[in-house]
Amino acid sequence: MSNLLDVEDLSVTFPTRSGEFEAVRGISFSLGRERLGIVGESGSGKSMTGRAVLGLIRPPGRVTATRMTMNGEDLRAASPRRMRAIRGKHISMIMQDPKYSLNPVMTVGRQITEALRTHEKVSQREAKARAIEMLDAVAIREPERVMRLYPHEVSGGMGQRIMIAMMLIPNPEILIADEPTSALDVSVQLQVLEIMDKLVRDRGMGLIFISHDLTLVSGFCDRVAVMYAGRIVEVCDAGRLHEAQHPYTRGLLNSVPDLEHPRDRLEALKRDPDWRSAPSVSALL
Amino acid sequence: MGDATLGKGRPAPLLARWPRKALSLVVTVAVTLLGLLFVTFMIGRVMPIDPVLAVIGERATQAQYEAAYQALGLDRPLLVQFFSYVGEVLQGDFGRSLRTGQPVAQDIARVFPATLELATLGTLIGVSIGVPLGVLAAVYRGSWIDQIARILGLVGYSMPIFWLGLMGLLLFYGILGWVSGPGRLGVFYQGLVPTRTGLLLVDSAIAGDWTVFRDAFSHIILPASILGYFSLAYISRMTRSFMLEQLSSEYVTTARVKGLSEWHVVWRHAFRNISVQLITVIALSYANLLEGSVLTEIIFAWPGLGNYITTSLLANDMNAVLGGTVVIGTIFVCLNILSDILYRVFDPRAK
Amino acid sequence: MTSLPTPTTWRAWLTADAPASRRQARAASLYQGWQRLRANRLTMLGLAVLALLVLAAIFAPLLAPYSPYAQSLGDRLLPPGSEGHLLGTDSLGRDILSRLLFGARISLYIVLLVVLVAPVLGLLVGTIAGYAGGIVDTVLMRVTDIFLAFPRLILALAFVSALGAGIENAVLAISLTAWPPYARIARAETLTFRGADFIHAVRLQGAGPVRIVTRHIWPLCVPSLVIRVTLDMAGIILTAAGLGFLGLGARPPSPEWGAMISGGSDYLLDSWWVATIPGLAIFAVSLAFNLIGDGLRDVLDPKDSGQ
Repeated sequence: MSNLLDVEDLSVTFPTRSGEFEAVRGISFSLGRERLGIVGESGSGKSMTGRAVLGLIRPPGRVTATRMTMNGEDLRAASPRRMRAIRGKHISMIMQDPKYSLNPVMTVGRQITEALRTHEKVSQREAKARAIEMLDAVAIREPERVMRLYPHEVSGGMGQRIMIAMMLIPNPEILIADEPTSALDVSVQLQVLEIMDKLVRDRGMGLIFISHDLTLVSGFCDRVAVMYAGRIVEVCDAGRLHEAQHPYTRGLLNSVPDLEHPRDRLEALKRDPDWRSAPSVSALL
Repeated sequence: MGDATLGKGRPAPLLARWPRKALSLVVTVAVTLLGLLFVTFMIGRVMPIDPVLAVIGERATQAQYEAAYQALGLDRPLLVQFFSYVGEVLQGDFGRSLRTGQPVAQDIARVFPATLELATLGTLIGVSIGVPLGVLAAVYRGSWIDQIARILGLVGYSMPIFWLGLMGLLLFYGILGWVSGPGRLGVFYQGLVPTRTGLLLVDSAIAGDWTVFRDAFSHIILPASILGYFSLAYISRMTRSFMLEQLSSEYVTTARVKGLSEWHVVWRHAFRNISVQLITVIALSYANLLEGSVLTEIIFAWPGLGNYITTSLLANDMNAVLGGTVVIGTIFVCLNILSDILYRVFDPRAK
Repeated sequence: MTSLPTPTTWRAWLTADAPASRRQARAASLYQGWQRLRANRLTMLGLAVLALLVLAAIFAPLLAPYSPYAQSLGDRLLPPGSEGHLLGTDSLGRDILSRLLFGARISLYIVLLVVLVAPVLGLLVGTIAGYAGGIVDTVLMRVTDIFLAFPRLILALAFVSALGAGIENAVLAISLTAWPPYARIARAETLTFRGADFIHAVRLQGAGPVRIVTRHIWPLCVPSLVIRVTLDMAGIILTAAGLGFLGLGARPPSPEWGAMISGGSDYLLDSWWVATIPGLAIFAVSLAFNLIGDGLRDVLDPKDSGQ
């Protein structure tokens, strides 16, 4: 009965000079074979959520949860070795800016084959063939040539497609995309999204799409969880976002300009201190 | 489409863009070396010692003085004198040493291998301990190994090198008797192996004479370790700070997301990114050891360049001092340039 | 009654959330820095050692049991703890403790002189190069690079040999080799300020380049130079000691610490204390400067801190 991912009461805390800082405060969500959007402003804890699932929060940061399972397997009890086997092979992540998230002194080809060979015993030759195939799948022309390039020699949109190829080559079941297009030129954002969407669909994967852009997420995901100050304040189906109740969600929606209903002034987002203390809404299935 | 912007074909080979860079490099080196010569030349000029008297002695007559003054070319304008000095240096002529009576260039060629051997072994020790220590200190930041690296660094930066040398002699030679005392080789072993490279460890190894090798080693290991400690302090500190910068970057997270082991993340990803910077640091520390060997050589009566310069200095033998200064300065400049070139060759981003 | 604030109101004034004047804001930020510096125990240790050094230098005549020059050949090479000689005597029977105390004066004197000369020289070169730009900048920076390319100790040696041995010449030699990094820093700072709006405003008010540089740019360069100088102090002390050791710094009977080590090195194996004790003094003082420098950098540049 288990979903791809079930997380209950997840918290992420960091010690600071002035006491503990809670980046994520007791959120619960699950992920089926669907596309779940997590939306929020910067500092709302959405990125930390993704990293906590992957076990990437490093000390002194602390992760606690009453439940965190992948296909029924308890991630909290997984050894570091098992976590490494899970990362990449079962859960993968695409980060914001390929300019920083690709290793600058390693060729594209080596970085992709390395991702594959960490999890599968394949020869260098076969790894290379599959990397080329994968690059082809993310619509990169002349993949043989691109394999030999260094990251600074490719454009941003291309870098992000390389990133997608690299993260999908071991065939993970879950992909976490952390603001995958916000560092890209507007002209290539859509193309990258389409490629990612197609691959995720074809492979029947679960996707967690983390973004600050509510409109983008609603057009792209099945379900949307809105985060504020480390908590989920509202969950709704993407198609029924206009029915959202929470004033923060409404505020986010209203602060987007709309060509068909132009307004003289966009509303500034007013924040209510009560939102911070309200209990987290469950996004469990 | 992103691919279109890449249609400029294969990146131009390194050599195609080489001429301009090489030219500017050559100009930089030339100007720096010329400046270096100018400084030493000026130092030679402001010496309180009269170069004429130094040659002809105190009792010369006025006429002899005049003759020598002209023979030495001291009546010419300063700039002309400078350029003739540059010309001589370019031909490897640093004049004759008043102390040894030999051409300075010959003296330097004789003593330099000793310094080279000492500084090289010192750098090897410093790199082989300092680099792993710095990496571990960064990876286990705040742990005991980080503390050890920090303390070693602080002490290294605060300790007078000549004093540490004395203390090392006192402990390891005087009290424990683990190593041999000052000098390069025991009296009984001298002249047993033919000089090929001038590096005793290498020469004795080539000759297969392991008793000489062992004696030479027991002489060099203490001064080399002391120099090595200073380069270790510098190298480990720089390595740690370079690594910390890399470990907090996004591509390291990417590597972890791929499921790589921590060992691979640290060495194959982060370390490869600092290796070029590290080359620069090692070149600099090597240059510093050549200089740091001045004081160490005095303590250990090591017959190297530093000892030669200092002894000449105390004997007011200016030609020898300036010759030695020019040689060490030139090596300094060359190592700097070399690390710059290595940077360009090895860092894919610099192309 | 109301004119003198009590300590508690002082603190309140310094920690006020909304400072009322520019002076208060500046004092408050200094106070916060000091609070953070105080939390660093090692830095405090360094400051304590430094304070001890200054006290020793000031009160050397009162503290020293003997004259630093008084020889007593009957009492030569007495080990530490001997009757009346806490740290023993050297090869001429001079009391090592007394010499150490007077030597503190020489060390401080050298450091102070270098600190007065080298950064000022660097500031001059750097700000002129940065503000003038163009060919002046190119030439000055090329000269700076040449000096940077030199091995410092060797250059200092050559200078001292040309100028003659002695403390002042040692200071001059060290300063002549120490200024280039300061020039680099001052130039970089000048370049960031040169295009700033407030400099344009001053220029529009009719200020000439000399006035702009001396009254507006110099004060802004000082903080970064101060940090760098603090970090360099240990190096200055070590270089000075090295020159002293080679007999190129302070002249013989003078109780300079490096020269004291040199005097003791001949008796090292039999009378270890003669060379060991002044070395420990040099080590303690330069360690103190390094600890202070590290602490200052942690406060002023948190991104580089070891925490």
